[in-house]
Amino acid sequence: MPGTDTLEALLREAFPDASALAVEDRTGGGDHFQVTVESGRFDGLTLVEQHRLVYDALAAPLADGSIHELRIKTTKGLQP
Amino acid sequence: MSATDTTQLRDQIQQLIANEPVTLFMKGTPSLIMCGNSDRALRALREAGAPVTTVDVLPDPQIRQELSALSGWPTIPQVFVKGELIGGADIVEELAASGELRDRLDAALGTERDPAVKVAALTA
Repeated sequence: MPGTDTLEALLREAFPDASALAVEDRTGGGDHFQVTVESGRFDGLTLVEQHRLVYDALAAPLADGSIHELRIKTTKGLQP
Repeated sequence: MSATDTTQLRDQIQQLIANEPVTLFMKGTPSLIMCGNSDRALRALREAGAPVTTVDVLPDPQIRQELSALSGWPTIPQVFVKGELIGGADIVEELAASGELRDRLDAALGTERDPAVKVAALTA
């Protein structure tokens, strides 16, 4: 079971510039997660492309089934 | 499942995605939804007035495997409009909330559309 710390470490590695990054265990069961990432890496990308970057970062725990459900919220890093 | 069956399954998935106005790959069926995210995606599509063709991925694990190999998207649900991957539940909800989902449906399918929900079965 990966736990929020493991997922957060994977995301920090993939998004070292992140201005906001959070992983929440939605149910307390260690397999339903909400991840929130705000990063300049998303600038200019479609939502599909943004979510793909998050999936890439979490490919290992997604592939081995330790993430049962993942909710993703991405925000571009551009200042308004 | 033989290699031939796998190819047939992949062809069927590709044809549905290409031919149906909106395809939703989900866990369960509209009358028996087996996953919260599939429910969220279907609700968002219906509220935007989308015609929806649903495919249940649960009867055979191979469906999900072939779908993800085709789309490069690892999770279920997956929503396609006229062959294009729109995203999973989070994206569809986000697009619905901003009104962009309706705009994209209008652009792809026109504003005069029959928002019927139907179920497609894969014959693998």
